[in-house]
Formats: sequence, C-alpha cells, structure tokens
Amino acid sequence: MVYLDYSATTPVNKEVLDSFNKAVAEYPGNANSIHKLGSKSWHLLEAATKQVASLMGVNSDEVIFTSGASEANNLAILGVVNKYKNRGKHILTTKLEHSSILETLKYLEKEGYKIEYLKLDKNGQVDINDLKSKLNDETVLVSLAQVSSEVGIIQDINKIGEVLKDYPRVIFHVDGTQAVGKIPVNLDNVDLYSFSSHKIYGLNGVGALIKKRHIELEPLIHGGKSQTIYRSGTPTHALCASFAKALKLVLENNNDKYNHVLKLNQKLKESLETMNDVVINSNNYSVPHIVNISIKDIKPETMLHALEEKDIYISTKTACSKDSSMSLGVYELTKDKELASSSIRISLSYLTTSDEVDYFLEVFKTKLKELRFRKGE
Amino acid sequence: MDRVILIKYGELTTKKGNRKIFINTLYSNILKKLKNLNVNIFKDMSRMYIEYLEKDSNEILKNIGEIFGIHAYSIAYKTESNIDSIKKTITEVLKDNLDNKPYSFKVETKRSDKSFKNNSIECNNIYGGHILKTFNNLKVDVHNPNIVVHVEIRSDYSYIYLNEYKGLGGYPVGTLGKCLAMLSGGIDSPVASYLALKRGIKLDFVYFEAIPHTSLEARNKVINLARKLYPYMGEARLIIVPFTKLQEAIYKNCLENYSITIMRRMMFRIMEKLTKRFKALGIVNGESIGQVASQTLTSMNVINSVTNLPVIRPVACFDKLEIIDIAKKIDTYDISILPYEDCCTIFVPKHPIINPNLNTCLEMEEKFDYNSMIEEILNNLQVITIDNCENTEYSDIL
Repeated sequence: MVYLDYSATTPVNKEVLDSFNKAVAEYPGNANSIHKLGSKSWHLLEAATKQVASLMGVNSDEVIFTSGASEANNLAILGVVNKYKNRGKHILTTKLEHSSILETLKYLEKEGYKIEYLKLDKNGQVDINDLKSKLNDETVLVSLAQVSSEVGIIQDINKIGEVLKDYPRVIFHVDGTQAVGKIPVNLDNVDLYSFSSHKIYGLNGVGALIKKRHIELEPLIHGGKSQTIYRSGTPTHALCASFAKALKLVLENNNDKYNHVLKLNQKLKESLETMNDVVINSNNYSVPHIVNISIKDIKPETMLHALEEKDIYISTKTACSKDSSMSLGVYELTKDKELASSSIRISLSYLTTSDEVDYFLEVFKTKLKELRFRKGE
Repeated sequence: MDRVILIKYGELTTKKGNRKIFINTLYSNILKKLKNLNVNIFKDMSRMYIEYLEKDSNEILKNIGEIFGIHAYSIAYKTESNIDSIKKTITEVLKDNLDNKPYSFKVETKRSDKSFKNNSIECNNIYGGHILKTFNNLKVDVHNPNIVVHVEIRSDYSYIYLNEYKGLGGYPVGTLGKCLAMLSGGIDSPVASYLALKRGIKLDFVYFEAIPHTSLEARNKVINLARKLYPYMGEARLIIVPFTKLQEAIYKNCLENYSITIMRRMMFRIMEKLTKRFKALGIVNGESIGQVASQTLTSMNVINSVTNLPVIRPVACFDKLEIIDIAKKIDTYDISILPYEDCCTIFVPKHPIINPNLNTCLEMEEKFDYNSMIEEILNNLQVITIDNCENTEYSDIL
C-alpha cells in the first residue's frame, strides 16, 4: 500500500497506541471521582495536560481537551461570540478554511453576524492592508488556518497577530490542525489555537483548543467543571495521555522530518511539472507535505479510484468536504473553476519513502494515459 | 562568540557584612538547580556568570527564573576588555537581536575596572558613536530608548547585553535558617510557604492527617502541593502527623464551638515539639486575619499562647483574591481546590467561637491527657521526601 493521504488522517504510532492501552488498563477510574482510582486518573490527565502545554509553549490551564479539531474550532468561534456578545457581530476569515470553520460561520451569518472573507494575494497570503481596512469596532473575531488543509498554504500568524495587537478587542483564532507537527508553531500572538491528535499520528477522537488566560469562552457543552470549565463530559484521560505522547513524538527531530518531506516534495513536483495538463496548485507558500494538483479533463474521483486499484490512496479536496463538487480553496487561489473542480491532494509524511513516491509517479503516469485514452484522445 | 548568563544579585547586596554567605548560598542553590546541565558558574562580589551550552539556554533561563535572591539576569556576550573587541561584540549583539526596523537606543556603561582608560561617560560616547556609524536604522534617545545597550567593563572580561529578565528577588533559600510550614491542602498555606521561601527561609512541611476521616487522596494532594514548590526550594521533607486519636478526643471532651480553637492549640503544641526535633527556628502557616473563626485576633491570641516560637504568617494581611493570584502564579490553585476533606474541614462546628476565652480552653484541656497522646503522635510520625519526581511515574505512558 502507498498511503499519500496523511492530511486526512495519519496512521497511529505504535508507541501512542501502547500509551493508550496502558492508560486504559491501569487508570480505570473516572478522573472526576474523588476516590483513589479517580484521583489516579486525574493526575494522569494533569500530567498529560502539562506535557501538551509545555510542548506548545503555553500554561497548563490554557489547554482545553476536546473531541477533535472540529469541536475545538466550534468552541473557539461559538465560545467567543457567545461570551463577547456586546463587542460586535463582525467576523473575518478566509475562503481557504476548513468546513468546521466555514459552516460554523455560515450558521452565525443566519444569526445576524456579518462574515467577511479576507483578500488573498496571488500566493494565497492574507493581504495585510485588506485586513486592516476590514477591521472595525464591530469586529469580534479573526479566524484562519495556519496551514490550509486543501492546498497547504501557510499564513504568517505571527505577523497577522502583530497587526491585531493594535485591536485589543479583536480575538485571534488560528486553526493549527494541519500545522502542528509539520512546521514550527509559535503562539505568542495568538489567542486561540485548535489542533487534533489524529493528524499527528495519534488516535482519533481527541484534540485540543489552546485558550490564552486573558480570553473567556462560553462552553458549548455544559455540565460543570471537568478537565476545564470550558468543556464538560467525563475527561477522556487515556485519550488525552495518548495525545500528549503523540505530540511529543511528532515534534522529535522535527527538522530532519521536515527536510525529508521537502526532498520528496521536490522530487514529486519536478516530475509532475513535466506532465501535460497537470497543474500544481500548491505554491512556495505551501507546506511541502501537501501537493495539490489539478488534472484537466479528468474527474478527480476517477483518478482517485484508478489509483486505488493499484493500492495508492490520495484524496479529492479534503476528506471532510467530499460531498460538494468544487474545491473552494483551489478556486480561491486560482479563480479557475475548471482547476477547482479537478483537483486532487497528495499528502506526504516523514514516513513516506522515496520508493513510494517513485511508485506513485509511475502509476500516476500510466493512469493518466489510460484515462485519456478512454476519453478518446 | 561566548555567551554567558549574567546574574545580578537581589536585595542581598545591601547586607554588607553577610554578603559572602548570601552569595555562597545563591551559588550553591544555582549549582544544585542546574546540576543536570553542563554549566560552569563563576561568581564575584557583584555578579555571577554562567557558561552554558546553547542547546540548554531555554531550560537554564527557566530555571534561573525560579531561584530566589536574583534581581535580574540576561544573556550577555563575553569579550576582551578593550575598545575594539567591545565594539565588535556590540555590532554582533545588535545584529543577532535586531531587525531592520528603526529603533532608538542608548548605551549604558558600567566600569567596575576603574583602570580602564575611558570613564563610563566617555565609553557611552565611543560605543554610541560606533553604533550610529554601523547601523542606519538606530538613533540615540537617552531619555526613552527602545533599546538599552548595556556594557559592563570588568578587569578580566567585558559583557554586552540588551534585554534583562526580572528575577524573583528575595533572598536565596537557606540564608535565613529553617522553619516548619503547616500545609493543610487549602489555597493559603502553599502561598504562605512560597512567600516564606522568598525571604530566604528553608522549609520542611507538616501535614496533620486524620485517617479515616481524611483520605489518602488528601495526603497526595498535600504532597503534590509541596512538589509544586520544589522548583523554588529543592528537596524538602513532609512530616505527616497522625492526628486522628487526638482529634477525636477533642470532640469527645470539649464544647463543640471550641473544638477548632482547641485543635489549633494542639497543633501548635505539636509544631513546637517538631521544630525542636527537625531543628527549625519557627512556624510558617497560611493564617489570614479574619478569614475564619480561628483567625480572628482573639482566636490567634488564645491559640498562639501555647508557643513562644515565632509564627510567621506571610498572608496574614492579604485579601483572599490576592492569595489566589499568587496561588495561580505558582500553579498550586488547581490542586488546592480539589475536593478532599482535610482535618480542618471535618467535624466543623456549626458555630465556631470567634472570641474564645483562654481559661475556658485550659479547663477543657484538663479533662483529658493530651500530653501522652502527643507523645504517641511524635513516636508515629511519617516523613516523606519531596523531590522532583513529578512526571516520572508517567514516563511509561507520556
């Protein structure tokens, strides 16, 4: 099997799974119970929280465990607007966002919020002047992804956060789901930050929202204090522990892993560039882990299934938006409906080998020919 | 270029005669704290210098930020004490630390080597001129500069640095002897302990335990609270006092509304014995005036009359919210609010007396032989070492 869909989800690291199994077996108590078993689980949860906090460079009380990044994104957006109702009803974002951001904002639009999309330059970077011109007294939140999930565009969250410092009433939320473990993350200028375990070789079902001390949130799930007062429910201490482990492991030798992926990316792109009718949508501002391409006249799904026959797995757009027909992210970058409706995403990992890339390229070329032939070209 | 961490001493510089003791204590505290890292530490009467490996810099800065007795610290570039080397180093420091945006600056020279041929003001001019010539984006502002370029000229080497981190202040822990701190598990006592440490007092801790009325979780809570103070104090002991029988006797023999008052008197009697055994000079606790019935001035009088030892109450005059702020800062708050009973919260009378009478106390205490109970307690103490084993128990999972 050649798995090239790491941005959809990653295989669970065996050490992470071991952590989870051990935690489940040895810490059976409810972390909210006050007996010995409960407090044992609580302490494990606390240690896990602390580890996540220190790896992300924040304080322990700034980590809120959630069920994943979508919940973290929802909690960030809805938590802020519900808490700071009096501040205004204007929210800024971009069209590169994940559906858990865009759909939540659409819901708010129905509730009377004004959602504006920031202008991007030709490289997909947020236009700072446009940002400044759109910020006003009504703006309560700016939400954007540090790395966009479809095309992999990196936004300079430090610079944007710096600009937002002049607007102390505006809260800055960053969706870091595709960034953590791939590129360095610095949260100095960020108020809220979401990320997830299953994108960093951890288990599905746990994620976190980093919430800086000076920000308040209205919880989505009520029920009193659990791991934090911002998210009730029995703490999933074993999942949280496995998440802490996954985070620690993914950040080890980060540089080497990045350089490895960069090399594969270059190899992949060099070859794709030579192919007729293949357009690379990712650019120099994309993480090397994500290579988004469009294949003219071939439906992305057709290619996906053709590759699947040879045990190669990629995705069309993001896994979470497979229902609609066009990639908003690609359209936003290229303004080309054809490219946007024929894009596929190849996502690489430090686990990917050079041989796997070779195999992919070989099969891809063959399939490209076959599919064109079938179309009668 | 060699970089060192330059440490400025706290209040200790004012204590002329004892300066050496203070500096040596600080030196050994820093040495202990950094014992797992590859460092060389040099000290003189006004500064300490730590040579370190670049990869450890964050960890060292974090550690230095947790040591009492340090006024400020910075990452300084070390160079030969001559004008050319100093100029070269200043260029390097600014290149390493600044971008191309415009900044205002001033130079602040300290010349402890008075044989250096230029005085401080001349040095400021020479180095300021050099900076102006080298960097187009920098201009002088001696009143309100964005950046202060510190130049410290000493006989052997000179040190150049920009930013200063604020240290914790206070005295090095241990310079002023040892006290025993009473830890209940609440919010106040860890904060009181932290503040006592800040004034250079070394601490061991005492926890009164009333199993089965209190649980092992309550004990663990206290252990975890003490551990939170580990970064500031190093290793310490936690003395666990088996209080059950005595506490039950109090409730059997005394008026209900006096039970807390008598209990506190018994605790202080035990504390006095413990200070002798553990060679301490006083008691530290988290009493805050007026917070509860046993903390009115009348109560304090009646309770305190069983001992002549100094009882240090660092948070006596703090508001609860001020105490909570510190508890959050030192990360004990979340542990303190865990819901386990401690020996001050079990058997709480409905209406504890706020103006107890000493004679009434004495009369009630005559009714039972508390001395032999205290004797028995002292023979059954448990002592736990508080060390830095925080995460180790999870190393197989996390």
